Amino acid sequence: MFEAFQNVPYSSVLLGGALIGLSSVLLFAFNGRIAGICGMAFSLMATSLDKNIWRIVFLMGLVSGSLLYHYLTGAAYPPAPDTSLPLLIVAGLLVGYGTSMGNGCTSGHGISGLARLSPRSLVATLTFMGSAIATLYIAKHLLGATI
Amino acid sequence: MLKLFIALLSGLLFGAGLAASDMNNPERVQGFLDLFGNWDPALMFVMGSALIIAIPGFQILMRYRSTPFSAKRFYLPLSKAIDKDLILGAILFGMGWAIVGYCPGPAIAALGYGYGDVFIFVAAMLVGAKAHQLQK
Repeated sequence: MFEAFQNVPYSSVLLGGALIGLSSVLLFAFNGRIAGICGMAFSLMATSLDKNIWRIVFLMGLVSGSLLYHYLTGAAYPPAPDTSLPLLIVAGLLVGYGTSMGNGCTSGHGISGLARLSPRSLVATLTFMGSAIATLYIAKHLLGATI
Repeated sequence: MLKLFIALLSGLLFGAGLAASDMNNPERVQGFLDLFGNWDPALMFVMGSALIIAIPGFQILMRYRSTPFSAKRFYLPLSKAIDKDLILGAILFGMGWAIVGYCPGPAIAALGYGYGDVFIFVAAMLVGAKAHQLQK
């Protein structure tokens, strides 16, 4: 257990977290909006384009921000997911359906929701964390699947 | 115009944060979820670091500002109910998250890396969300 903590690259992890926190506060402070990424992506499909320009701009910034970090620091791209095609599709459907149904994901509930001290977001965050830990345990350690 | 600039800046910071903390790496995220295997606590420190800034930030804004700096009002989620949809949705999301190691933010950010698998995952995610929207 203690070894696990020794292997964390603390400076980049804490810097990255701070940037995410700053991003969420900035969007809320100026635009009054919650930086919930699934909500933004799914709103694009549900409401008219003129209401969604800021969401498109944010999402383009999200993609560019990651690329810019790699470009400026020379850090290598992370690997692609190592998942078979059927599981990749099933997982995508589950993430999309689930976050739409639960009204939020790791960013909306896990960062902005917790920062607002919303009981709803706390319950959602503990539930998806618990579900994900249980799913990985069952798949990897009980069924021996390589996911 | 200021609103769009803030949206862009906020997106850039979020994307840079995900890349810096290696949260766009599905292996690292699955390493965090593998609590009973070879556990990697990095995600916990990412969330902790984000919340150390976001909690005081949001609390100060909510206490001392009735409106945001460049918009008419704070757009807060209307629902306060802890109901079946919230719980079941979170359970389904957690299952998908564990299988691939992507939640929506990193999946969209990782589109820039140009991997075909990421496009397939994001397309499936949008189909899943649309299926739920149509069902409502």
